[in-house]
Amino acid sequence: MNLVLNIIISGLISGSVFALLAIGFSLIFGVARIVNIAHTAFYMVAAYCIYIVTHQMGFHPIWAMIAAIVLVTLLGIICYKIFINPIREHEGAVLIATIALAMAFQEIMALIFTGTYLSVPSLVKGYFLILGVKVFYQQLLTFLVAMLIMAVLWVLLTKTKLGLAIRSTAQDREVANLMGINESQVAMMTMGASVGLAALTGAVVVPLTILEPHMWMHPLIMMMAVVVLGGLGSLKGSFLGAYILGFAEALVVFLAPMGAFLKGSVALSIMILVLLIRPEGLFGVSFEEER
Amino acid sequence: MDLILFYLRKLFTILKNEVLVLPSRVVVVLFFLLLLLLPVFTKDPYLLRIFTLTSIFAILAASWDLLSGFTGQMNFGHALFFGVGAYGAALLNKHVGIPPWGTVPLGALAAVVSGLIIGIPCLRLRGTYLALTTLAFPIILMGVVFAFPGLTGGELGISGIARLAGSRVIDYYIAVVVMLGLCTIMWKITDSNTGIIFHAIREDELAVKAAGINTTRYKLLAFSLSGFFAGISGGLYAHFMRIAGPSTLEVSMSFQVVIWAIFGGIVTIYGPVGAVFILFPLLEFLRFWQEFRMLMFSVVVLLILLYMPDGLFRWLRDKVEKECPRCKIRNVAMRHTCRVCTAPLD
Repeated sequence: MNLVLNIIISGLISGSVFALLAIGFSLIFGVARIVNIAHTAFYMVAAYCIYIVTHQMGFHPIWAMIAAIVLVTLLGIICYKIFINPIREHEGAVLIATIALAMAFQEIMALIFTGTYLSVPSLVKGYFLILGVKVFYQQLLTFLVAMLIMAVLWVLLTKTKLGLAIRSTAQDREVANLMGINESQVAMMTMGASVGLAALTGAVVVPLTILEPHMWMHPLIMMMAVVVLGGLGSLKGSFLGAYILGFAEALVVFLAPMGAFLKGSVALSIMILVLLIRPEGLFGVSFEEER
Repeated sequence: MDLILFYLRKLFTILKNEVLVLPSRVVVVLFFLLLLLLPVFTKDPYLLRIFTLTSIFAILAASWDLLSGFTGQMNFGHALFFGVGAYGAALLNKHVGIPPWGTVPLGALAAVVSGLIIGIPCLRLRGTYLALTTLAFPIILMGVVFAFPGLTGGELGISGIARLAGSRVIDYYIAVVVMLGLCTIMWKITDSNTGIIFHAIREDELAVKAAGINTTRYKLLAFSLSGFFAGISGGLYAHFMRIAGPSTLEVSMSFQVVIWAIFGGIVTIYGPVGAVFILFPLLEFLRFWQEFRMLMFSVVVLLILLYMPDGLFRWLRDKVEKECPRCKIRNVAMRHTCRVCTAPLD
């Protein structure tokens, strides 16, 4: 029973984290066709930001979270304006520009903080017991915040004018432009929202993980697997795919021998199996071939 | 004697009329000569080591271009082929005892098989889906490697495999000659009928299908060809470093290949090769700046991309040469009329 509960808690937490990351990633992909490899690097930067504000400046973690989200969103928009926007026509160039950005962030963080493992205090301390299993309040908070953000995002995308603009640009950039939507502005706003989501994910999850400059690699891979599994550009798909892979990871870690080594492999194998049956992912709409 | 003279004269004519007229061709010839003659000028083992590794990675980058540049099958998991080649060669050498000249091609064949295996699910995907899916395969294999430390050595990898050859200089010549040979073969492939079909698949797969060409077969062919060349570079790497470790399968390895290829300019073969010959030694010579090395590397890549998003060598080539508007033959940028049809160049 303990084991089952552990698996459920761990699956829910990592599922929510993957969902938040994957939604941000597929937002910017849908709108601007940018495969932003640096997405999880922004998540890492946000985590370090919190470390600075809480540890080195001594503010309350809440302020740290707000500062991290605002600063990283700004950083994301600046990077987009300087490095990505001028070369958006060249898909390959955008791709390695984002890889190079991610590497640059990793190196800058490694320079400032050296490669040591750091940790950050949780926002709310303490834990409660369910059937003898410790559940930290921070874990509960992470889960609730993830749910809340997804709800807010859903409202933003379906009920507001900006959401309509984002969705229509994702569907057809040229026609959206003809309908009077400022496409480049929408792309920039989406980039901001997407990086903001990454920062927020970093902010809520950082007390549960260990800070190090390479911490963006594993989430990046899992996030990509989630996005492909759920179908690119589909929020529902990302959401479901994230929990499928989150639970798969938790199951492998707790049940299989050598599980910690195999967790990535198993999750990715599930993704490939699904793709064999449905090449466009669980909820993906196969894009009309873009010529 | 006459025959030799005839061939000499023919060679001279080709040199004069085909090579010397275009700066890019002169550079290629100089590049070949320089690489082959480098050990004559210096026997510095450190320098030779850098250039041996550079040649090995040049094969890898060019093979990525063959698959992803020409055929348009964005492969983000090129480290898979490299790793399979390296591990295949290492295992065969360690456990079966085959010498390097046998293990490297056999390792490459293993990479071809892996190319076919991953090709089958990937054939149905395209574009970003394909890129993100292929990213997964080396990671899956890496998990398997860690899960069976008895056979694969786990995190430490397989060490103590045979050397490529007796000395640094011979190692160097093997790597360089194999690199020059394979890159020429790849360039020839892309120039042949098959290469044209590859190119057409990249541009418009539907149209190629409509022309009655079995695109599935050609895409699989591209996967296995690219796997073969990448596998050879993996095998050479394993025998040169005398270790096949999980670092050959890392995500950063796959990214590195993509960076090299796009930096130099895809759909060229010479672009990725040139890019490796610039970026890899650059990274080594920045060694005295240990902490700033990777940062400088990524900043250089970012800046170069901002100004030449088509790749460095394409940009350079367009600066020194221009295409005749009438007969599509390339000319030196200084000329005012085409060297073949005398049409005015603008």
